[in-house]
Amino acid sequence: MSRLEVVSPIPGVFYRKPDPDSPDFVKPGQKVGADDTVGLVEVMKSFYPVPAGTAGTVVEFAAEPEAVVDAGQSLVVLEVDA
Amino acid sequence: MKRLLIANRGEIAVRIIRAANDLGIETVAVVSEADRSATHALLADQVVPIGPAPATKSYLVADAILAAAKESGADAVHPGYGFLSERASFAAAVADAGLTFVGPDASVIEQMGDKVRARQVAQAAGVPTVPGTPGGVSDVAEAVAAADEIGYPIMLKAAAGGGGRGIRVVADEAELKVAFPQASGEAASAFGDGQMYLERFVRAARHVEVQVLGDGSETVHVFERECSLQRRRQKVVEEAPSPGIDERIRTEMTSAAVRLCKEVGYRSAGTCEFLVDDDTGEFFFIEMNTRIQVEHPVTELITGIDLVAEQLRIAAGEPLRFRQSDVTKRGHAVEFRVCAEDPDRNFLPGPGKIGDVRLPGGPWVRTDTWLAPGSQVPPFYDSLVAKVVVWGDDRTTALRRAKRALSELVVEGVPTTTTLLIELLGQQWFADGAFTTGTLEEWLGRRAEASA
Repeated sequence: MSRLEVVSPIPGVFYRKPDPDSPDFVKPGQKVGADDTVGLVEVMKSFYPVPAGTAGTVVEFAAEPEAVVDAGQSLVVLEVDA
Repeated sequence: MKRLLIANRGEIAVRIIRAANDLGIETVAVVSEADRSATHALLADQVVPIGPAPATKSYLVADAILAAAKESGADAVHPGYGFLSERASFAAAVADAGLTFVGPDASVIEQMGDKVRARQVAQAAGVPTVPGTPGGVSDVAEAVAAADEIGYPIMLKAAAGGGGRGIRVVADEAELKVAFPQASGEAASAFGDGQMYLERFVRAARHVEVQVLGDGSETVHVFERECSLQRRRQKVVEEAPSPGIDERIRTEMTSAAVRLCKEVGYRSAGTCEFLVDDDTGEFFFIEMNTRIQVEHPVTELITGIDLVAEQLRIAAGEPLRFRQSDVTKRGHAVEFRVCAEDPDRNFLPGPGKIGDVRLPGGPWVRTDTWLAPGSQVPPFYDSLVAKVVVWGDDRTTALRRAKRALSELVVEGVPTTTTLLIELLGQQWFADGAFTTGTLEEWLGRRAEASA
């Protein structure tokens, strides 16, 4: 088991949920596949889904809802089997 | 009007500050934390910080802007475009605070901003509208029945939506039954209203819009703009006059726009959007934008009328300074929107620090921008960094000048769409003016395939 950080590909504003009335994309303890979306980053009025990138289990969010993030900044921590 | 607060940022804030200065009006800029040294802040007489960088915490917070107006002693507020510009509650709050809102009354914004009500106004004024439902539809069975009368293909639009969001096209009943609940659900969560408006989808459509100026009793049109070149329903290139309509359509469409505005006693600058069926020459009213538009400079260049200055004069209580016969056009103008996006990476936005900047100039070239060497493209707002606008005594001359002007533009440090715009100028269909609202995306699709 090892920990892996899902990082933002671009600078922008991080969202944990697809819209204000929906639940978060993922919650701690949840298993995710590589293509599963773990959050959105809004840059210049465009929303980019952030995929987990690898299969694993969500440990925690590393960024607050609507946090301003830089490219490369950690968003979600995963535990992976590798 | 002595002191104007500009409730916006970017190139339009710069544009409005300049118009106010030309009229001897003092200016107040509002800035988020990301914009403290932005061009609009540097040009204004006063600067008031209004909150953190994300627009939802600054430029979209009406109370923060009203507090800034009070603090700075402003007596008027210009909303620009986007942000709070078409929010009736904001216009009402500005008026309630005893300030002048540069735009129509809240009730008119509300009326014309609601597609269903705007359509009713158009019909009352004898302005043609696309065959469609008279009101919002909230369930599938009702939608299917309405679609049978209208005829497929059908476009679904959120009754409370805007900016092209939530629009879907369905080819038949089966598709409608799948798409309707989805679209309605999205509209309910985005706008708090799940009602949908159904209308005929015109396959070969041009988007042509008429600029108007009204003082509450008199209205004039300031000719039309062709805005068919769009990507994801965002305009990319606009021109005036439209190369796609003849004199008969121009006359009928502009007089329809004037009738529509007189119907509501329109006051300020506004734009009536029409869809033109390129096959039949029919035109239909789509919606009205009750604000200044991004592409307003092309109208200014062919008519010599400063639309923002006129907005300010009208808001200050002056009557219109033109009769219709005073408004004439000369030559052809084209605007190119330069965005901080990488056209070869599917238009991925590229915020960041700008290095060197060299802007186009020379005869009949106007560049509306906030760009400066060493400035920053923040990730929080839209990606428009400059509008390169050119005039020529005919369309061919204007396009040749556009190529020259865009070739002079240098923006280092961030990707821009400049090279794509120059490539576009080399396309025969663009030179011929032979395009509809789908043409640009089709070309981009072919271009992406060719490079894959």
